[in-house]
Amino acid sequence: MPCKKCLKEPVFALISGEKLCRKCFNSYFERKIRKCIRQYGLIEKGDRIAVAISGGKDSSVLLSLLSGITRQMKNIEIFAILIDEGIRGYRPFTKKDAVNLCKKLGIKLYVYSFKKEFGMDLDRMVKKLKKGPCTICGIFRRYLLNKAARELRANKMAFGHNADDEAQSVVMNLFRSNNDAAARLGVVNGIKKDARFIPRIKPMYFMLEKEITAYAFINGISGKFVECPYAGSAYRGEIRNMLNDFELRHPGTKAGILSSFLETLPLLKENFMKEGGIGFCRKCGEPTSGEECMACRLLKELHS
Amino acid sequence: MKVYIEKTGKTANAKAPSVAALLKKLNINPVTVLVVKNGALVTEDAKLAENDTVKILSVVSGG
Ligand code: SF4
Ligand SMILES: [Zn+2]
Ligand SMILES: [Zn+2]
Repeated sequence: MPCKKCLKEPVFALISGEKLCRKCFNSYFERKIRKCIRQYGLIEKGDRIAVAISGGKDSSVLLSLLSGITRQMKNIEIFAILIDEGIRGYRPFTKKDAVNLCKKLGIKLYVYSFKKEFGMDLDRMVKKLKKGPCTICGIFRRYLLNKAARELRANKMAFGHNADDEAQSVVMNLFRSNNDAAARLGVVNGIKKDARFIPRIKPMYFMLEKEITAYAFINGISGKFVECPYAGSAYRGEIRNMLNDFELRHPGTKAGILSSFLETLPLLKENFMKEGGIGFCRKCGEPTSGEECMACRLLKELHS
Repeated sequence: MKVYIEKTGKTANAKAPSVAALLKKLNINPVTVLVVKNGALVTEDAKLAENDTVKILSVVSGG
């Protein structure tokens, strides 16, 4: 039932058409995330959760929410990790936001940088390697996050991925027939029970980008709009525009993609994530499907 | 009225009776933005007047 304020001062219209005031929107948003956490068992007693943050609005909203939620639960620890890739004109700004947010929430932040870990900033790597910036960025970031989480003894890593990100990934993998990658999506992606694999949880899986931005605005979480100069992959951008066009004409499209995908995910996992298919890099010990992980192979190229 | 568009960092002058009409005029897909009127978040059916200050926020994450 909408309250009086919902009728008089709505701030957000849900896909159903229902309009909510500030207070009701907040409780809708938080309720939906709590439900996802409960339904998928994302947080359990004894967890030590590393929250991957970027200073952007998605991970900032995630950290604020998890900070509140876990404070009410017993025996849960959370802390934040930020990867500083070394992107001029972008990361320094978002890093500052991340530092401020962690201070405000009283959460410990660990910063790991490409420069320190790999001897080079992303800006320099991009000039040396013949690969897209986002590919290089993604490979090294994943590697470093895994390493950081293990060093800091986290048993789970939480990400701010939202419904838009995931729907785009699902459609991209479908269009490119990339079922291996699809099998690694989902609300939780614990690849395999092994101490070296740290399960990744996405508590905001069902939240739309627009909802997250509204929540951030209403609650004064992170403000500025800064875009990475490398601006993401062009292909993903095309898919995003397409899905947004569809969402406008057919509200609920993104949610539909996700719910259908989640129903087929168990089958994908069974078929495309065979036991033993994943081993460990002989150089660094990181999880990989080959003998040497992508990060180690790229590093060799960088320093040759 | 004055309309600030966050994505481009530009301010435009436009006239429209409602948020929905404004977005249509500016050729912006409402799915991709939030609209702030005089400092408060509003829905698409919100009415607009000449002396309102409008901000259009992008909801797309920046990498
Ligand atoms: S847009 Fe690309 S380069 Fe920039 S942070 Fe994201 S993945 Fe890295
Ligand atoms: Zn209300
Ligand atoms: Zn390796």
